[in-house]
Order: sequence, then C-alpha cells, then structure tokens
Amino acid sequence: MMAPAVILLLGWMLAPLTTTLYFSFKKYLPLRGGDLGWVGFDNYVRFVTSSSFWPSVYTTLIIVGFVLAITVIFGVLLALLLDQPMWGQGIVRILVIAPFFVMPTVSGLVWKNMFMDPINGILAHLWRFFGLQPLEWLSQFSMGSIILIVSWQWLPFATLILLTAIQSLDREQLEAAEMDGANNTKRFGYIILPHLSRAITIVILIQTIFLLSIFAEIFVTTAGAFGTKTLTYLIFQRVLESQNIGLGSAGGVYAIILANIVAIFLMRIVGKSLDAKES
Amino acid sequence: MARSVKNQQKMVNTVIAWTIGLLIFFPVLWTVLTSFKTEGQAINDPPLFLFFDWTLENYAIVQERSDYMKFLWNSIFIAGGSTLLGILIAVPAAWSMAFVPTKRTKDILLWMLSTKMLPAVGVLYPIYIGCIKLGLLDSRLALVIILMLINLPIIVWMLYTYFREIPRDILEASRMDGASLWKEIIYVLTPMAIPGIASTILLNLILAWNESFWTLNLTAAKAGTLTAFIASYSSPEGLFFAKLSAASTMAIAPILILGWFSQKQLVRGLTFGAVK
Amino acid sequence: MRITKLISSAVLALSLTASVTYAGSHATTLTIATVNNGDMIRMQGLTDDFTAKTGHKVEWVTLEENVLRQRVTTDITTKGGAFDIMTIGMYETPIWGANGWLVPLDDLSADYNVGDLLPAMAGGLSHEGTLYAAPFYGESSMVMYRTDLMKKAGLEMPDAPSWNFIAKAARAMTDRDNDINGICLRGKAGWGEGGAFITAMSNSFGARWFDEDWNAQFDTREWSDTLNFFVNMMSDAGPAGYATNGFNENLSLFQQGKCGMWIDATVAASFVTNPNDSTVADSVGFALAPDNGMGVRSNWLWAWALAIPAGTQKEGAAKEFIEWATSNSYIELVAANEGWANVPPGARTSLYENANYKDIPFAKMTLESILSADPLNSTVDPSPYVGIQFAAIPEFAGIATDVSQEFSAAYAGQQSIDEALAKAQAITNDAMEAAGYR
Repeated sequence: MMAPAVILLLGWMLAPLTTTLYFSFKKYLPLRGGDLGWVGFDNYVRFVTSSSFWPSVYTTLIIVGFVLAITVIFGVLLALLLDQPMWGQGIVRILVIAPFFVMPTVSGLVWKNMFMDPINGILAHLWRFFGLQPLEWLSQFSMGSIILIVSWQWLPFATLILLTAIQSLDREQLEAAEMDGANNTKRFGYIILPHLSRAITIVILIQTIFLLSIFAEIFVTTAGAFGTKTLTYLIFQRVLESQNIGLGSAGGVYAIILANIVAIFLMRIVGKSLDAKES
Repeated sequence: MARSVKNQQKMVNTVIAWTIGLLIFFPVLWTVLTSFKTEGQAINDPPLFLFFDWTLENYAIVQERSDYMKFLWNSIFIAGGSTLLGILIAVPAAWSMAFVPTKRTKDILLWMLSTKMLPAVGVLYPIYIGCIKLGLLDSRLALVIILMLINLPIIVWMLYTYFREIPRDILEASRMDGASLWKEIIYVLTPMAIPGIASTILLNLILAWNESFWTLNLTAAKAGTLTAFIASYSSPEGLFFAKLSAASTMAIAPILILGWFSQKQLVRGLTFGAVK
Repeated sequence: MRITKLISSAVLALSLTASVTYAGSHATTLTIATVNNGDMIRMQGLTDDFTAKTGHKVEWVTLEENVLRQRVTTDITTKGGAFDIMTIGMYETPIWGANGWLVPLDDLSADYNVGDLLPAMAGGLSHEGTLYAAPFYGESSMVMYRTDLMKKAGLEMPDAPSWNFIAKAARAMTDRDNDINGICLRGKAGWGEGGAFITAMSNSFGARWFDEDWNAQFDTREWSDTLNFFVNMMSDAGPAGYATNGFNENLSLFQQGKCGMWIDATVAASFVTNPNDSTVADSVGFALAPDNGMGVRSNWLWAWALAIPAGTQKEGAAKEFIEWATSNSYIELVAANEGWANVPPGARTSLYENANYKDIPFAKMTLESILSADPLNSTVDPSPYVGIQFAAIPEFAGIATDVSQEFSAAYAGQQSIDEALAKAQAITNDAMEAAGYR
C-alpha cells in the first residue's frame, strides 16, 4: 500500500540526486559546449574555497534561526491573544492569516517597492513624519529586512498551529490552576507552554524545511547583494548566472549535506516527540 | 462587578488584537488600495489612504496586456491537479503507515520529509532536459506532476498524523464485518478523516499556488501561472507601483478568498498531530 | 493484427497529411519571449498589425529582465525549443551565434534593407560578420539633466562634459531640503545594472577588466580612482539608498523631479520628456556621457534584439516577424499611433535622417552617443575583450554579478572600497582560472 508513494518519492529523490552527483564531478559549461569531461573533486574544492561559501552558510543559518525565533515567540503571544474573548475574533483571525496566502514574489515586491523604498516607501514617510532620517532598508539593514519579510509571511502559519494547540487545552485544568492561586506567568510556564511544546516542534520542523530554500524573497529584493546571499542563492548564481552546472551541482551536494545536518538535528527532536505520543 | 471587569478585559483584548491584526494585514490592504490609484497618486507624498480618485484603469491596463483568465486557469489547474493527484497517492501510503506500521515506518516518513530540502535550482537542468525529452515543456501536466512530488512529503505526513488519531477499534469492527481494505478506506476511514484531508488539501493548494521556481522556469506561453503573470509586472520601466499592485491583487485574490472562506477547516486540521 | 496495422498506418498517413496541410496553410502561432520594457509592451499592443499582414498569430511571454535572461538561457543551452523568437542583448548574441544556437539572419528581404541598420548595432549583434539578431532598439548612455536646476546653480552644461564638471554640478545642484539630489546613478547589484554603469565609467578613468593575459585588474589605481570618485560624488549628491537603485528606480526619481542629473541609457530620453509620465518633461537637456580627458568616454552600447533559436520549426514565420518588428514601416506605425518621440530608437540610420525625427530634442545626442561608442576599443589600455560595459565572454555575466554585489556592498557602506576591490580581484581571477583562461 505504501509502495506508490514511496517509489515515487524514491524516484524523485534518487534521480535528481544521482544527476546532481554526476554533474558535480564534471566540468559542465553549457555556454562553452556542455560536457567537458570529468574533473574529480575540483568543483567541490572550488565551491567550498570560494570567498562566498562560508558567508552564505552563515547567512542561511542566521535567516532560518531568526525567522524561527520571531515566528515562534510572536506566534505564541498572538495565539494566546487570539484565544482570549474579544469582539470580532473571526475577522481578526482572517486579518492575521492573510500574509500566508501571498506569493513570495509578490510579498518581496510589495515590501521592497511600497514599504522599504527609502524615498517613496511607506516606512520612509513614517520615519520622516517623526522627523527621522529614513532607513535604507535593503542596503543597510539588508538581513533585518529579509528576516522581517520572511517572518511576516510565516507568522500566520505558526500562529494558526499554535492557536489550534491552545484551543485543545483542557480548560478545567487551567481553571483549577487559577483556583489554586497560580498567577498568569505560572499558568503559562507550567501548563500552557508544556502543552504547546509539541506544536512548537512541528512549527520549527515545517518552517525549517521551507526556510532553508527561500529564494524568491531574496531574488526580487536584494538579488543576493548586501550579505543576503544564502546557500540556495549562491547555487542559483553558479547554475544560472555563471552557467557552471558542475560547480552549481557541487554546491547542491553541499546544500543537501547542510539540509541533512539540520534535518537529523530536527528529526531527533520530532522523532522523540512522535515517540512520546505513542507512550 | 465581575461582569464589567470581564467586559473591560474584553475591550482591551479587542483593541490590542485589532491593532495587531490590522498591522499584519496592512501590506495586503495597502497593495489593494494602491491598485485603485493612478501611478502618480501611488507615490504621492504624503501617502494617500482613502481619499483619492478611485480608478479601475490599472486593472484595465493589466487585462489588456495579459490575458488574466489564462494565467488564472493554469494556476487553478496546476494547483488543483497536483493537490488531487497528491492526495490520491498519499492516502493509501499514509493509511498503511498509520495502521500497519513497521519498524521502519517512522524512518521512511522522516526521510520523505528530508527530500523536501533539496535545492530546486540544483536539478533545474536535468529536469528541464527531461521535460524536453518527454515533450512536456510548457505543459500543465509537467507542473502538476512536479508540484505534486514536491509537496507529497508534506501531504503524506499530514495525513499520517490525522489517521493516527482515528481509534483502531472502529477499523477492527469494520474488518469483523468483512469490509475489504478499499471499502474500509473509503467508507470508514475517509469520512472520519475528512477534516484532516480538507485542511491537507487547503494547505497544499496554497503551497502549489505560491510556488514560483518551477512554474516560472518550465513554462512559456501555454502553461504560465500567475507567478509568470506577476513576473511581467515586476520592475518595468517608468512608474509601476499601481499596476504592480493591481496585478498582485489579481494574483493573490483567488487564493486569499478561498483561504478566508475555508479558514475554519484549515485551522481545525492544521495540527500535524500536535494536538492530543 | 493486420487490420490494426492497416488502421494505424492509415491514421499515421492521415495525420501526416493533416500536418502537411497545416504547414502549407502558412499560418502559425509564434511564441516570443520578451522583456517588459516600454517599447516591447508597445510592440505587443501592435501585434494585430502583424497578424493582419501575415496571418501568423503571436503569443507573448513578457518577463522581467532577470527572469527573462535565465529563462531564455536555460532554453537555448538545452535546445528546449520553448520559444520561436527570443529577445536578447548585445552580450548574448555573439556568444550564442558562435555556438551555432541562433539562425543566421543573412537572407532577410531586400525591402528590409539590412544596410540601413546602424553599423555599431549590426556589428555588435554579429559573429564573424554574420548577423544573428536584429536590433529592436539600440542605445548608448548620456547625461540627462534639468536645465532649470542647472541654471539655478549658475552653471552651463557643455555638450561633452568631464567627470570633474559633472561632480561639481552635482554638488551645486543638490538641495536636500527640497528633496533634490544633484545626480542619480545606478548602484544596484547585477552585471546589467550597476555593473554596466561602473564598468563603462571605469573605461573613462583608464581602467579595464582584464589585461591582455586575462588577469583581473581590480588591484590597479584606475579602478580605485573610479570607485572613490563615484562613491564620494554619490554620498555628497546622490539619493538615499542609491546602492539599490537601477535604471528603473532612477527613471522614477528623475520623472518625479528628484534628480538634477542622470547618466543612463539614451532610450530613457523619451520617457523623461514624455509629459504624461514626467513632471519635468519640458526642462530636460542632454549631453554626452562624461570623460576624463583620456580619450575614452563613459558611454556604453547596447541593443535589445530579436533572434531565432536554431532548430525551430517556424523559422520562416519567425523571420517574417523579425522583419516586421525591426523595419522602417514598424517605426512609422508607432509614429502614427504614438508620435515620433516614442518610436524605438537607435537601430536604423534612416531614422536619424528622417525630417520628422530631427525635431525630437534627444535625437541628435542619442545618435552622437551611439556613434562615439566603440566596443572594439573600449579601454584606454589595450584589452583582450570586445564590449564596453561588458566583456563578451560567457563567464562575464556570472563574474560581473558577483563583483557588482561587492561594489554595491561598498556603496552601502557595508565594506570599504579597498575591501570590495580586493574581493572583486579574487573572485574574477578565481573564476577565470576555473574557466581555463589563466
């Protein structure tokens, strides 16, 4: 029964992986006539010794780390808030989840042109309104800007999952705790947060999968300049801008290795979490 | 007394929540508002919020230049097709993982998820050449298959977590009654998993709708989706904020409206097994 | 068994006949990839004229420049055949032509008059004397300035200014309180954006990308002079955040009246003098791109051109389209619909001899700029490459994108100019080594 999906996935993973490995040992330059023969580990050495490599790994991890931290922390706060009684709860929820439906390209373009533009952007107007010098978001606060845009896109996702988890919380337990005189902080620390831990793990896992490969947001905003070149973007440049398939493929292999290091780390946590459920 | 405190609290909650909600929603709102301005008004200093001459000219220009319906239909076809195909393949797989687990089930599941981390651009050339050889370049079919494969791990995993919530006793009871495996899936399991399946479908639709690498790189005139539509309005010459906003609004409106209408289903099912 | 065979061969024969009739009926649908620039969008709007004349239909794939580049490059290198006509530039054409990926345009009709194409354009779109793409429009770069602000600053723009004059004028025109920047220039990363500008500028400072042995030259004084001059001038007189400004951002600033001068593509002249889009339309003057008295000016040469990928089934129809879109009658068609100021410039000699076009304020300076650009001798010291704002080798786009990212980071103050140049030197030499030049 599992066969069709597993075989398809196996094919999906193995076929491209094999071709990537194959090309990574070749000098393959489409603009210079294509396949120019085997070169051993040349591409691997060249990719990793390029001055862009380590900064790109670092950039990737910073973006993933910060976006995760921001979306989880604000996601929990927002979920707690949305769980409170209020007027127009449904509408607020609709407002909050909207960014999740916006295409990455569109959100990159909108943020870049209509918000972060240092002359015509809304944020520049806002800064000037308070008598401040407008920020040059995408050049001088490039990483912060990218993290802001990506966090804006993923905050709704985190909020939704965490909200569902909060709503499943046993109300009686909370009320009992209140009777016992536990204050808000204590109730949050001892009851709510432990209850949310699994949901948080899930949020981290799913988002990491998507965040490791963000591309469109960088492509349309900074185009990899100002220290925002992630590993995915570097590989894109090698494959499509330099037209060096061999070098790009070697980069792809490194990206897979990085993804797997992160994955193993994450899977441990989630795996434990899955186990915990069985017990 | 208690009631007024409660109301006061509710008031405070409402104000804070609405403020934050509007803040988060503002970029979308601003895009929609800008789409009804002229190019000159779009960059007016100070920015114009509601009091400007509302115009539909940007929508007219965009529609004249590109056939919105064609891109929209491609997006619907590709997002819908890849989702349906994905569900068809994933349901049996998730079923067997949930109810007939082996020692390696969890490993396979986690490994499936890890395949999602392959950087797409690394395999652009092999896949592009593959599409040429199969005559699938610029075809909706190629994108249906590729987007299905990309999102399959998420689908399988989501379904797996829902199926595990279903009490085994019910299945055993139906098996006693002599139901075949397929009947069991169709008549017993699926109805119980409807909320889960619904939210899986919704999430997958969103992901497929917003995918922009393959939909841009494997299409030309025929199979282009709304992401290709957007790519013809980003950074042209001259003033473009208003036209870009109109195109953006047209590209995100269908999925946004779908999302809003179905948000209850989405929320109910978006647990990934995180809720006991 | 036999019957099946019979039927299948009958079906085959039928479908063959059908396809022959189809090809014979002459009307095909062309798929054309193009960039979302104003002139191309106008061409898209006039497609009906082509269909009426030839019966061929056209399906447009209009994409933003960077997306278009990656899209058509992928398709041409894999011989994908997704497009019947591609819009490409002066950088790609000779390289692709040399690889045999483009259909040579050596049999265009007599009516078309290939000899009328400006020699600089035809030359840049050829490989070993064979034309591989027909110029849709061509451009050089020049100074566009606000005559009113120049007067206010008490200066007069010469026809052929020097960089020192430009810098002086830029500082004099700057009025930060009124949101006026003396000069707007490209700082945006990307070889076709800020990379193109700084390379063309560096030529006039005596710099070059490579020496005759393909060694990178970013460690020379000339490059350091270029960048220091640029950064000093821009921080005194440039707009905020210029490190992210490209052609389009500067165009928009200029049209809003926020720039005193702008040195960029000559095609922009028709946009900044168009009263529908530009608030400063009636006070724009033009001058040649500046120099430093070293014999080379800082203007570039570029053409957006239409080319046919080799192996297309629709070569005949594609050639018909190219002849239509880059002909004199197309120019007249646009002139009739939108006025002479909006015709695609810089491709044909006869346009500049046309009495109707002579009144256009920017016509003369555009032609002079184009004529003064020489891709074969673009640098003061000899260089091994062809091209002004680029080096026409396949590796250039990749290298120059990396290099321009380092430069942009320096413009934004994230690193010093010396750091940027040192990195550029390392990146370039490394890539050239990988490509086997050194």
